[in-house]
Amino acid sequence: MNISFTINGEPQSVDVDGNTPLLWVVRDVLNLKGTKFGCGKAACGACTLHVEGVAIRSCSYAVKFAQGKAITTIEGLSTGEKIHPVQQAWIEEVVPQCGYCQPGFMMATAALLEKIPNPTDKDIDDNISNVCRCATYYRMRKAIHRAAEIKAGEIE
Amino acid sequence: MTNTEKKKKKGFSRRKFLVRSSVGLGVIVGAGYLSRNLVRRYLAGFANTAELPYTNSVGPNVWFEITTDNQLILHSPKVEMGQGTFTGLAQMAADELEVPIEKISVVHAASETGNIDPFSTGGSTSISGLWQPLRELAATMREMLKGEAAKLLGVAASSLSLKDGVISSGDTSMTYGEVVAQVKEWTVPDTPPLKDIKDYKYIGKPIQRIDLTDKVLGTPMFGIDSTLPDMLYGAVARPNTIGAKFVDADISAAEGMPGVVKIVKEEDFVGVVAKSRTEAENAKNAIKVTWESEREWASADIEEMIQVGKGDPIVIQKEGKAKSLLADGEDVITAEFKSPIGAHAQLEPNGSLAFVEADKATVMISTQVVNLTRSEVAERLGMEVEQVNIQPTYLGGGFGRRLHTPNAVQTAVMSKAVGKPVKCFFNRKEEFQNDTFRPPTHHVLKAKLSENGMIEAIEHNVSSGDVMFGSPLFPAVIESVLGADVGAWRGGMIQYRKIPNFRAISWRVKLPFATSWWRSLGLLANTFAIESFIDELALKAGKDPVQFRLDHTKNDEAGKRLSAVIREAAEKSGYTDEVKNGMAMGFAASTDANTPVAQVVEVSIENEQIKVHKVTCVIDPGIAVNPDQVRAQCEGAIIMGMSASMFEKMEVKNSELSPTIYGPYQMALMRHAPKEIDVVILENAEKPGAVGEPPLGPIGAAIANAVFRLTGQRLREMPFSLT
Repeated sequence: MNISFTINGEPQSVDVDGNTPLLWVVRDVLNLKGTKFGCGKAACGACTLHVEGVAIRSCSYAVKFAQGKAITTIEGLSTGEKIHPVQQAWIEEVVPQCGYCQPGFMMATAALLEKIPNPTDKDIDDNISNVCRCATYYRMRKAIHRAAEIKAGEIE
Repeated sequence: MTNTEKKKKKGFSRRKFLVRSSVGLGVIVGAGYLSRNLVRRYLAGFANTAELPYTNSVGPNVWFEITTDNQLILHSPKVEMGQGTFTGLAQMAADELEVPIEKISVVHAASETGNIDPFSTGGSTSISGLWQPLRELAATMREMLKGEAAKLLGVAASSLSLKDGVISSGDTSMTYGEVVAQVKEWTVPDTPPLKDIKDYKYIGKPIQRIDLTDKVLGTPMFGIDSTLPDMLYGAVARPNTIGAKFVDADISAAEGMPGVVKIVKEEDFVGVVAKSRTEAENAKNAIKVTWESEREWASADIEEMIQVGKGDPIVIQKEGKAKSLLADGEDVITAEFKSPIGAHAQLEPNGSLAFVEADKATVMISTQVVNLTRSEVAERLGMEVEQVNIQPTYLGGGFGRRLHTPNAVQTAVMSKAVGKPVKCFFNRKEEFQNDTFRPPTHHVLKAKLSENGMIEAIEHNVSSGDVMFGSPLFPAVIESVLGADVGAWRGGMIQYRKIPNFRAISWRVKLPFATSWWRSLGLLANTFAIESFIDELALKAGKDPVQFRLDHTKNDEAGKRLSAVIREAAEKSGYTDEVKNGMAMGFAASTDANTPVAQVVEVSIENEQIKVHKVTCVIDPGIAVNPDQVRAQCEGAIIMGMSASMFEKMEVKNSELSPTIYGPYQMALMRHAPKEIDVVILENAEKPGAVGEPPLGPIGAAIANAVFRLTGQRLREMPFSLT
């Protein structure tokens, strides 16, 4: 079936089986490789992207539900000249090791900061449930707090 | 100079640079040095010190390229799986080449460049193994460029000065790129002396990871991100039970399903090639495979096998009369510990992209064993290894899972069958059920205390499934050469060698499923057992656990380094045996691959769960090429070790290994991670040592020792469970 949506601000339409997970449409049809496959069951968060600003685990989200919606992937997180506060904070704290799960964490964090601009440690514990096997959680927590600071500074 | 250093020097003197001109690339410089009896030397190194002397690579050995626009490309024989090796290598090359680090990019050497490691990336040996050769190669290349610049400028080489990749003489100057553009015949100088360590600009500094920006922007770099024009997608039916062998497959239901291009049925597997991943997976699920297995397995069967006293014992360490002293008597203290089957659970599944053409094959893959991947693909395709090019990619986690990659063979076979590039990756269930697991272990410890509360004799027995034995990386003959599985007993020896009588015994068990390397190998479980027992002995002797360890540490080089990390960890953390405000501390130390590590944890019990608040980690890896990445490795290893100690466990039921998904396979997540990790780096050795694995050692025991102080319960089995 033909499905239309915007991705990272650009209108896009694809002709695929509507039950195909959005993840594979993004990765293999639209060739945006930043969104990762981890488990295919929404259990690890590596495939996290935004649909209408909400963090979605795209491995378990049929593409047909994206009809007419706005999708953002890691490739479109930063808009304009400036890098997104979450990515900026990730660089400042030198978070990634292997790096594979990091786009999912950054997308989950960006959505969290829209919901809770200044998250406490408990907010972070309750909301960031992705899996990182390199276990970069210690730096991630620092980066999430730092991202909130950068973001607040930009608004002021 | 030690014997090992002498041997290395001899190897270097045979080094021969190869210089080739290459369109658009400027110059390609490489080196190769030969070594006889590679396997033996590797194993001897591994067995004694777990340090891999970087021995040899195969083929023309392209290390460096300098482009005419003055960029430098380093072809790394080691792969980047998160450990930060590329950054460390760039620092080493930049310092000896006198170029700004921004001008250096590091790429994975494709096998066609020849500069691939004959064994693997693993064992925490990449930086330590390349420390000497890479700096010497870079220094030699610097002198080579200088020599050619002198000829081009018509001045004496001694009058030239070097800065930031620019060679100057008076008012005239040339960039490395400009030299490269003009030289056709190169003269290779003798290897110059290396710079003094204090003169390095990058080595020893917390340089930002060179792959940081790409990883933050989501740039395609992993095996699963590889693409080729006209690429198709594969899926292979994989067994879900232990010991299942492929017999036959009924493909009738899968044929003609949407997107299916071809069903590939071979003697040993069946796969689908389709136009999309989803279509390939759907068609694979419609195939009815007949598997054959000899018997059924359950967790209880495996536990029954993994027991000290069963299997083949090999004494791996012996001093004094531990055996007779611990033979009997009421005063012999004994304790048992266990660890479960562990999964790698790396986030990027196994898989590859292969394109097999009439006379050549290309495979893009996340692998820790480029050479083995290549030889297995070549053998199956009936090609010469030179016809197969393995292009390693960044790994979405290694941890030992990619030390064997037979999936590349299956993908190549499917590509050959359709004449197009095929990409095929495991799904998560297949990944969990076809893992090469961390073997379960059982430990029996015995000791005797003297009247003054010192350990008179101690013995550690470990029963484990294989780690390194049975791997296609090594010829079977090594089993008889080595006797015991070096991987299984890693961390299993007694490090307190002031004890007059000690013994360590490894009991080998062959399990019915694949077991293999898992970051730090036996270190985590062995240290959990030994360091918990040492804690018990200290309490029994009525001694402070820190002082007790120091009292039994020998006054030799290794002992002094171990004592130093123990003292520093106690001091930095303010270690105390007292429980304050529901919080207790736990202490443990280990020595792995010559790197001593001591850790102190602060733990409480919240909602009947163990909560780790703070970890102090003191590590002595010798020279820390990149202190920030040493810290990062410690932080990650600590939480990964916590995860394995507190949560992770695979079970066997009706021959099926489970869980098969994250969540049920419980792991440490953000909410479990300590809020504070204080890493202290001591540098009491004159070269860089192992970093990636040693900090996994003490964490399990440190937590268990803290829990004992809090609850009086001695944790004897991983994953920990409070009663």
